[in-house]
Amino acid sequence: MTTDNKDSGATEMTGAEMVIAALADQGVEHIFGYPGGAVLPIYDAIFQQDKVKHVLVRHEQGAAHAAEGYARSTGKVAALLVTSGPGATNAVTGLADALMDSIPIVCITGQVPTHLIGNDAFQECDTVGITRPCTKHNYLVKDIADLPRVLHEAFYVAGSGRPGPVVVDIPKDIQFAKGVYFKPNEFPHKGYQPRLKGDPDKIKLAVEMMKQARKPVFYTGGGIINSGPKASKLLRELVKLTGFPITSTLMGLGAFPAADQQWLGMLGMHGTYEANWAMHDCDLMICIGARFDDRITGRIDAFSPNSKKIHIDIDPSSINKNVRIDVGIVGDCANVLGDMLAAYKATPGAPDKQALQGWWKQVDTWRARKSLAYKASADIIKPQYAIQRLYELTKDRDTYITTEVGQHQMWAAQFYHFQEPHRWMTSGGLGTMGYGVPAAVGVQMAHPTSLVIDIAGEASVQMTLQEISTAVQYRLPVKIFILNNKYMGMVRQWQELLHGGRYSESYSEALPDFVKLAEAYHAHGIRCEKPADLDKAIMEMIDTPKPVIFDCLVDPTENCFPMIPSGRAHNEMILGDAAEKLEDAVTEAGKMMV
Amino acid sequence: MSTAPSTSHYPAAPTAQRASAHTLCVLVDNEPGVLARVIGLFSGRGYNIDSLTVSETEHQKHLSRITIVTRGTPMVVEQIKNQLDRLVPIHRVIDMTLAGNAIERELAMVKVAGKGQARVEALQLAEAFRARIIDTTTESFVFEVTGSSDKIESFINLMLPLGLVEVSRTGVVAIGRGPEGM
Repeated sequence: MTTDNKDSGATEMTGAEMVIAALADQGVEHIFGYPGGAVLPIYDAIFQQDKVKHVLVRHEQGAAHAAEGYARSTGKVAALLVTSGPGATNAVTGLADALMDSIPIVCITGQVPTHLIGNDAFQECDTVGITRPCTKHNYLVKDIADLPRVLHEAFYVAGSGRPGPVVVDIPKDIQFAKGVYFKPNEFPHKGYQPRLKGDPDKIKLAVEMMKQARKPVFYTGGGIINSGPKASKLLRELVKLTGFPITSTLMGLGAFPAADQQWLGMLGMHGTYEANWAMHDCDLMICIGARFDDRITGRIDAFSPNSKKIHIDIDPSSINKNVRIDVGIVGDCANVLGDMLAAYKATPGAPDKQALQGWWKQVDTWRARKSLAYKASADIIKPQYAIQRLYELTKDRDTYITTEVGQHQMWAAQFYHFQEPHRWMTSGGLGTMGYGVPAAVGVQMAHPTSLVIDIAGEASVQMTLQEISTAVQYRLPVKIFILNNKYMGMVRQWQELLHGGRYSESYSEALPDFVKLAEAYHAHGIRCEKPADLDKAIMEMIDTPKPVIFDCLVDPTENCFPMIPSGRAHNEMILGDAAEKLEDAVTEAGKMMV
Repeated sequence: MSTAPSTSHYPAAPTAQRASAHTLCVLVDNEPGVLARVIGLFSGRGYNIDSLTVSETEHQKHLSRITIVTRGTPMVVEQIKNQLDRLVPIHRVIDMTLAGNAIERELAMVKVAGKGQARVEALQLAEAFRARIIDTTTESFVFEVTGSSDKIESFINLMLPLGLVEVSRTGVVAIGRGPEGM
C-alpha cells in the first residue's frame, strides 16, 4: 500500500513518523525529551514537522516531572521521549512518581534494534521489565503493524480509569520500518474498560446514611482533581447542600475552596487540629477519591473508631485496602457525585439540624486551638511567614504552585490556600525531592502567561537544579522560591524528634551562592534575609519577566506542626506550643515507622 | 479494649482473621509479559502463590487462563482479586473458592522404583487411586494420577516408602460446575 486512504485515515509512513502522527492526533502539543542513539529516527521526524513542539530537558527525570506538571495543570495526558538504557532508567523515578499520584503520562522510550534485544547491546536495558512495577501498563513494540494501535492504546490507558504512566518501548528498527498508520478510533479497548458509573443502590444507601448523620465529615483527595473540573463543581454543590465540614488530603487541595467556611484545612500527619479531630470523632466519613494512606490514617487500629465509612473511588482495589468500608462505591467521582446530588435532592428528609449545629460548635472549639500558629519574629524570617506573604502577594494572580518534598512542602500545603483545582502540583505518594523545578517547567510550558512558582527547599532543589537551564532556554519565567534553612528540614525535624538531636548528614554543607548560581544560568537571583524586606523582594520576583531563583533565608530550627508522630492516632497530635514534649511523644515501636 | 493497642500505624497484622487458601481463575490476553505482570504483582505486594498454572485456552482470541492458588485473610484475598482485576491485559478474575461450585483437579506424574513386594504394592495402590501407568521398566513405574490436590498428596505419601524417586505436578486447574462459563 502506498496510497493515502483519506476515509480511514490510513497512511503509509515510518515508525518514527507514526510516533509524531499519533502524538499530534492525541492532542499533544509539547513533548519533553532528551535525544540519544536509540531514538534518533524519532528526533529526525521531530525535526521535519512543526505540529509537536519538543522541549529539551537536561535530565530524563526532569522530562518525566515536567510531563507530570503539564498533565496535572491541564488535565490532559502529557508525553515524554527518552532514549534506551540510561534514558529509560533516568525516567523511572518520574514514572514511579506518576504511578503513586495517578498522573496520566505516556513515556516513549527508544530500544536497541529487535535483533539485538537480550544481547547486552550498547545502552540496552530491559525497559519493560524495569518499568513494569512503576507504570500502569507498558508495551514493547516488536512489529510495525502493532505500533499505531499501541500508541493510541497507551494514551487511552494512561488517561482512563485511575490515570497513570504508560511506557511504549520502540526498538530502533521499528522506528525505521514502514507500515500503515491509523488514526485513533472510538471503539473501546478490548479488555480495559474501567467502571465509571456508581451502583445506584449503593448511592441511595450512602445518601440515607448522610441524612441520618449527626457528626459527618467529607474526606476528599486527588481523585476529585483527576476526575476534572466538573467533579470539583459537583463536590462544592454537595458540600453546600449538606452543610457538612470538609477536609482533604495533600493531593486534593484546591478541589474545594480553602476560603470557604466549611473547609477544615488539610488532614493527616501535618494536617490541622480541627481536620484530624473531626476525622477521629465523626460518626460518618464520606471519602471521595482518596485512599486511606498511612500519612492520613495514623495508627490504623485507632483510626476514626466510631464512624461508618463511605468510600467513592474509581479503583476497586483502593476500597477496603487499609480500612474497612461500610459502603464502597466504584465509579468516577464526577459521575457518582452527580448521581449522589440528584439522589440527595430526590429523597425526603434532612440531617438533624440540631445535631449538625452541635457538631459545628465542636469543630469551632477545635478551630479555636489555632493549630497552625507559630511564633512570629522581627529578626528572622519564619518559613510559615514567607509562605503567608507569598500567598498574600500572589493570590489575586493567575498562579500555579509546585513544590519539592519536605518541610517547605507541608508549610506550602498549610499556608498557601488554594481555591481552584489543578493549581497545586506536589509529589504526594512517592515524595520525590527534585520534583518541583521540572514540574514548574512543565506547568509554565502549558500556561506561558501564568505565574508559576516552585516552593522549594535548598536541599531538594539541588536534585534537579539543572532544569533551570531548560527554563532559560524556552523563556519560561518560573520562580524558584527557596526556603533556605540550611538543613534537610524534615530529616532534621525527625532527628530532633526520634534520634536525640543527632543531626546525621542533614546539614546542607557547602551550599552554592544561589544568586550567583541564577546569574550563571542567565536567570535572575534574589536573596532575602529580613522579614521587613520580604514583600519587596517577592514583588521583585513576580515582576521579573524571566526565571528567578529566590534564596529566602529562614529560621533553621523551625519545625513543622501540627504533627501526628509515627505510631500515634489522630487525637494524639502534637501542636507547636507543646513541642518541648516531643521526645516523649514517640514510642519505641513508632520509631520503626517512616 | 482488653488488649493493648498496637503502636504501629500500618495495618494491624492479620491475626484477627484466619488465612485460608483460595483458588482464583484469571482470564488474560496472551501477550508477552502478562505472566510476569501477574507474578510481579504477587511478589511486589507480598502475596503468596501456592500453585500457578497457565495455558492459552482460546486460540482465536489469544486468551489464556491462569489458575492461581493463593493464601490470605478474606481482606487480603479481596485485595489480590482487585489488584489483579485492574491490570490492563486481565479480563476477568473469579474467586472459585468463594463461588463455591468449582471443580479443582491436579495431574501428577509419579516415578517409583523398586523390586519385589514393594513393586507389587505400588501397583495395587495405583489401581486403587486409578493412576495410569505411562512408563515402565523392570524396576520402575511412572504413574499418572489426577484428582484433587489432597488425593495426589496422599498418593505420593503412600509411594514414599515404596521407592518414590520424583514427582512432577501441574498445579491446580479449576472450572465452575453447570452450564455457564466464567
